[in-house]
Amino acid sequence: MDKLIEVRNLNFGYSDKLILRDISLYVNRGDFLGIIGANGSGKSTLLKLMLRTLTPISGHISLLGQNIKDFKRWSKIGYISQKATSFNGSFPATVEEVVQANLFSDIGLFKYPKKIHKEMVYHALERVEMHNYAKRLMGNLSGGQQQRVFLARVLVNSPELIFLDEPTSGIDARSEEAVYCLLARLNHELGLTVVMVTHDLGAIMAHSNRLICLGENGLLEHDPSHGLTRDVVTQIYGYDINLHLSGSGHCKNCTRKEGK
Amino acid sequence: MLDILQYEFMQKAFAVGLLIAAITPCIGVVVVLKRLSMMGDALSHTSLAGVTAGLVSGLNPILGAVVFAVASALGIEQVRKAFPRYSEIAIAVIMSTGIGLAGVLSGFVKNSASLNSFLFGSIVAITDFELFMVIVLSIVVILSVIVLYKELFYCTFDEESARLAGVPVKAVNFIFTLLTAITISISVRTVGTLIISSLLVLPVASAMQLAKSYKQTVILSVLLSVFFTFSGLYISYYANLKPGGTIVLIGVIALISILAFKKISSRLRMKKTYIKSA
Repeated sequence: MDKLIEVRNLNFGYSDKLILRDISLYVNRGDFLGIIGANGSGKSTLLKLMLRTLTPISGHISLLGQNIKDFKRWSKIGYISQKATSFNGSFPATVEEVVQANLFSDIGLFKYPKKIHKEMVYHALERVEMHNYAKRLMGNLSGGQQQRVFLARVLVNSPELIFLDEPTSGIDARSEEAVYCLLARLNHELGLTVVMVTHDLGAIMAHSNRLICLGENGLLEHDPSHGLTRDVVTQIYGYDINLHLSGSGHCKNCTRKEGK
Repeated sequence: MLDILQYEFMQKAFAVGLLIAAITPCIGVVVVLKRLSMMGDALSHTSLAGVTAGLVSGLNPILGAVVFAVASALGIEQVRKAFPRYSEIAIAVIMSTGIGLAGVLSGFVKNSASLNSFLFGSIVAITDFELFMVIVLSIVVILSVIVLYKELFYCTFDEESARLAGVPVKAVNFIFTLLTAITISISVRTVGTLIISSLLVLPVASAMQLAKSYKQTVILSVLLSVFFTFSGLYISYYANLKPGGTIVLIGVIALISILAFKKISSRLRMKKTYIKSA
């Protein structure tokens, strides 16, 4: 199987504290990988290492089959950060302007967008059902709509792999479900590989085909089809947890589980 | 009505005013949206130190302002590295250095009236060399902003994603810092060091209330800035007021009027909707 990400014996820490110890993992093409774990377990740090925003103390990371140190095809990697929806709401940018900005490597340094770039923006917005909002200001959209625009911004480059860091934090339950369903559809229909850090256990169990848990004992892989028991969650988080996954574990509007 | 243009000093004032009115909001849009308005203040105060150094050494004061402002802008980046989590410390350190240096050097300036003219601006007293310098540097700033339009937009909106999209973020930020320093130092002649940051902010703040996109914000803030400058020069000439202060006050009045207009029109809209639904 085609491995899009390979991490071997990764170590990372701040000052004298080691946060990630001897982490190894892989992500296959078409995977929907969920990363869960307690606050401070290093989930977002692991994403940042895979995006080369941080440099590890030791270990090896390869992206799309290439050592991350020599990796240049960043436009094929999408990233939606935790801070995406907490951007400055009064920033006077339209949906179209925000999505088009990510076409930088296609347009080129010091150059202006052409008709083809406008069409690419329209298609990306159409894919997330936001094409009718192209001329709207970002600040006038709801949290769920903004998140869909950020997804379009990533999709405009036709990425092979997208990273999401708690993409549904701060948005209501309905918009949250819509974002998960959209991601599941893109994963299922386009074969887009998704790596998502989340605290939303119910939704990630419903949509991911693989789940890794970062905890005090390092990295554990869990098969989402086996469900999450109280014992498993307690083992991941390192303390006793009462598990309530009411209403989660399935999604009425999408077919991710049936498709895989 | 155009009588004032028969005087050479007013022709120069309008030419310099037009150029500075065009470049300040181009830089101001990014400064405001990146929430760096304090940097404008810091650089204007170090420009004053440059002006006094220029006056003391007998060199051109605006040239002194350009050199000091560029050095300070680069200094802010260096100090910021020492306090990565408290970037405002860097701005405060450089601003304090600028004020301290200007205070010490001002004791050596023989003609204090010439220094005062840089505090509140003296656009009508501009020399041929200064006019030439403003023209050249303004062209550099305008061309850079046009060429770097999409790069500046992305770095301002989301620096992290811009880096991943391939934008050379560090280089763009470095060039922008230099452009900010140049813009502020050459603008000290128009409105003075004490109020230059208002010229960076006021047209942009007004445009943000009306514009429906980033592009519109840039264009509208340039148009408003030109309007503030021209009407300020015109009114100050006939009312015998200081041009710098007049330009800034017109900007403040325009911003208050726009805010009031928006509030009233939104209340009227709400009232209409309420009547319709009732």
